[in-house]
Amino acid sequence: MRFCAIIVLFAYFQVGFTQNCDSILLGELKDFHDNTPIVGATLFIKNLNKYVTSDENGKFKIENLCKGEITLVISHIACETKTVTYNIDGDVFKSVFLEHHLEQLNEVVVSANTKIDNTSIQRSLKKETIDDFSDKSLGDALNTISGVSSLNTGNTIVKPMIHGLHSSRLLIINNNVRLFDQEWGDEHAPNIDINAAGRIDVIKGANTLMYGSDAIGGLILIRSQNYAAKDSIFGTTSLSLNTNGWGGNINSEIVRTYENGLYGKLQASYRKFGDFESPEYQLSNTGLRSVNASARIGYKSFEKGFEAYYSFVDNEFGILRASHIGNVNDLVRAINSGEPQVIDDFSYDIDNPRQSILHHLGKVEAYKRFKGLGKLSVQYDFQINRRKEFDLRRGNRSNTPVIDLRLFTTSLQSNLKIDAYDNLKLNTGFLLRYQQNNAVSGTGVSPLIPDFDKYDVGAYVTGTYNLDLFTEVSAGFRYDFSRIEAEKRYRLADWNEIYNYDELFPEFESGTIEDSRILTFPEFSFHNFSASLGLTRHFSNDIDLFFNYGLASRMPNPSELFSDGLHHSAARIEIGLLTMQKEVANKFVMSIERNNQNFGFTVSPYYKYINDFIQLIPNGITTTVRGAFPVWEYNQINARIFGIDIDINKKISNFFSYNGSISLLQGDNLSDDIPLINMPATNFTNSITYYNEDLNQLSVGLRQKTVLQQNRYPDYNFFTFDPILQEDVFVDISSTPSAYTLVDFNSSINFKAFKTGNLNIAFNVSNLFNVSYRENLNRLRYFADELGRNFNIKLKLNY
Amino acid sequence: MKTIKLLALFFISGLAMTSCSSDDDGGENDEELITTVVLTLTNTANAADIVTLTFTDLDGEGGNEPVYTPAVSTLSTNTTYTGSIQLWNATENPPEDVNEEIVGEADEHEFFYTPSVAGMTVVKTDTDGDGNPLGIETTVTTGTVGTGGLNVVLRHEPSKPNDGTLAGAGGSTDVEVNYSISVQ
Repeated sequence: MRFCAIIVLFAYFQVGFTQNCDSILLGELKDFHDNTPIVGATLFIKNLNKYVTSDENGKFKIENLCKGEITLVISHIACETKTVTYNIDGDVFKSVFLEHHLEQLNEVVVSANTKIDNTSIQRSLKKETIDDFSDKSLGDALNTISGVSSLNTGNTIVKPMIHGLHSSRLLIINNNVRLFDQEWGDEHAPNIDINAAGRIDVIKGANTLMYGSDAIGGLILIRSQNYAAKDSIFGTTSLSLNTNGWGGNINSEIVRTYENGLYGKLQASYRKFGDFESPEYQLSNTGLRSVNASARIGYKSFEKGFEAYYSFVDNEFGILRASHIGNVNDLVRAINSGEPQVIDDFSYDIDNPRQSILHHLGKVEAYKRFKGLGKLSVQYDFQINRRKEFDLRRGNRSNTPVIDLRLFTTSLQSNLKIDAYDNLKLNTGFLLRYQQNNAVSGTGVSPLIPDFDKYDVGAYVTGTYNLDLFTEVSAGFRYDFSRIEAEKRYRLADWNEIYNYDELFPEFESGTIEDSRILTFPEFSFHNFSASLGLTRHFSNDIDLFFNYGLASRMPNPSELFSDGLHHSAARIEIGLLTMQKEVANKFVMSIERNNQNFGFTVSPYYKYINDFIQLIPNGITTTVRGAFPVWEYNQINARIFGIDIDINKKISNFFSYNGSISLLQGDNLSDDIPLINMPATNFTNSITYYNEDLNQLSVGLRQKTVLQQNRYPDYNFFTFDPILQEDVFVDISSTPSAYTLVDFNSSINFKAFKTGNLNIAFNVSNLFNVSYRENLNRLRYFADELGRNFNIKLKLNY
Repeated sequence: MKTIKLLALFFISGLAMTSCSSDDDGGENDEELITTVVLTLTNTANAADIVTLTFTDLDGEGGNEPVYTPAVSTLSTNTTYTGSIQLWNATENPPEDVNEEIVGEADEHEFFYTPSVAGMTVVKTDTDGDGNPLGIETTVTTGTVGTGGLNVVLRHEPSKPNDGTLAGAGGSTDVEVNYSISVQ
């Protein structure tokens, strides 16, 4: 109901000589946004047990009021019923604001179809799906969405990928805070506890300008749940146990809500696994330990509200022991042997190599609504990310990290949502952000990412307009200014001869040269423009058509500019270049959707053209005291990525339903006329589910997923001289693993527990047939197979 | 820019306890770097006949390419040498003796010598605390005239004991150098 509004009461003063029962109250109800009168609102006068209704001008009149208190209960369709009490002493004048947007206030959880924008092309994971992944990572959960895959390091470090794009090209927004956690590294997974999320949206389309200009791949939005404003206390505790890795997860959360709009939530989870196993062998040193906690406190009403949120993630990941190798000959040995070089007995110990990451995120947000304008919100947030990576080292250095980085990010942002017009909604805002990276000293290794300070300023405006009942268009524009100031020491030979920086960037030189290293102060500024255009059209038969166009630009990240060092797990030296320019992408995404339980589908083709796409590819071999290494350098090319995601759901009978999806993608390096590196292969899933509401909501399902072999890959294989064999040997780093099919079984049932609670028991088997396989997008695929069969039991108690 | 910096400063000030200013570490040296590998061969029949094979890469990974001096080392035919290998980190001042760390963790390290000159053999003569070969000290014997290479590998965390071959040892490579040899 769009007239739903704030009600203003005007009491007209009348001079009354008698103190008893002759006062008159006149009122007028008006729309909060456009001052149009509210017709037909019901006013119940409690004291008199009498009803009046506002007339066609929104006016009402209550006569013969006695001295004393009067209580009015004002209600109107789609407005929250409001009770007001006035003291009538003669005639009074009062203004009352009525809360509206009832659907927003009253839901216990976020409703299923809140899109960030009506024209956006997005897929969502609901709380129930998220719960299935309570002992896994964000990347694993998102992997179930068509068009989303992941770049893995082993099986615990899972980096989400949308349409083949990952890292800095994906924006991950956790509770309205953009996550910054050294996400530029391929082996760095986002530091998110999936148990703290109420709902996760993946926005494949272009309507992401509110969050940044560089969402070339897309946006992942992690949202918390909304709670109803009523007196309540409830919670959930879940326990998940697994045979593969002999570990699991325990998560507990408790929520307290009050009728006045106050609410609070506490959540904590603990996850521990020992070494995982593939069908044929133990994957030594792949265990993990994770401690997470989050707290929310807030107040929510129609007019104003605030929220404070804090979350803490402490992860420790073991990295497959056999993946630590010395040089390219070790790599050849690992590739040719077909199984890990180190296979030990099962253990819960996490030895080197390992990653230890601590992430703090805090924010405070407040909003206020203004009459005839809209909603203004302001948010301040900060994040601290401390990443330590430990490697096998000589001389009692095993407890000294080789990488020790502390990234501090803080930002202030504001958004004004103007919803005063019927057909037009506008969002405008700004962002100020400061980021500081500190390569903590004491590692005994020159830092992979140097110290830097980064400043961002951005402003945007987006709008959606209803052309008619069935058609909506949106458009947006965003400008960002970014500046990065770094401090880094370069080898003189690199600076002068190899990369020619002494001629390209003489202004960065400080003049200080120590130990044949030159101290430099690289500084770069970038102006990024981005824009989006969206269209949605509703047809009969529940069919919707969406079209999005987006222009996104991304400045090179610190890794692409500055990284310089040896990665043991890949036996490669990775080099960033100061000559990197920004990446500019034009993307087109379309989606035809039918939302229907009996037969629904989504067909979503996309096309992305990326100018100056930054990629990391092998570029020659260098000789060191450890022997030969391939050098991987960042370079820029023009790239094209296009494909289609298709999802289908069909109800077969009352109890059986079918879901299927397929993702096809092709990535091309247009500059060199070869395929693009690290693109996901064609994959499809089929699942069939039996569900019986009457039988304790019993659900039993089988899910099959097939990933085909990626036959389109750039060939960066090379030969290296093996001094033992006295001959050149082939280093097959590019060829892709064969296709594989996995079958998962899942089942769950609900029981009543206590008075109001319920107990959900689930039993699942993944990789039912214990298939040995390797995945192209796993950085450790040279060394070991993926996980074998796993039995899982989940108990979830809602109370 | 100044305003932004000021604003940024304002943000951080509230969080002084969590955020520290960037420390100037004066540039971190690679402590584990091995810049120099020297194999000294002393003729057992003539202590004055010493051949020194040196690998040097002063700026570590990347930068300038490593250098072998001499480019080709000359050994005598049918001669027995006492070999001793020495690792240095010459970026430290004074240069750090890396052998000390190797000896300290002898059970986690082993050198492997693979000559590709016909008739040349290398036998490890020292052991770690468990009695397994270590390979800092060796006996090198040459045969007839020939040329080729001597591959020296230091493995970190190999399986010990092992079958004596690189392929069988496992572990990760800390050092791999290839000296060119001419036996004449």
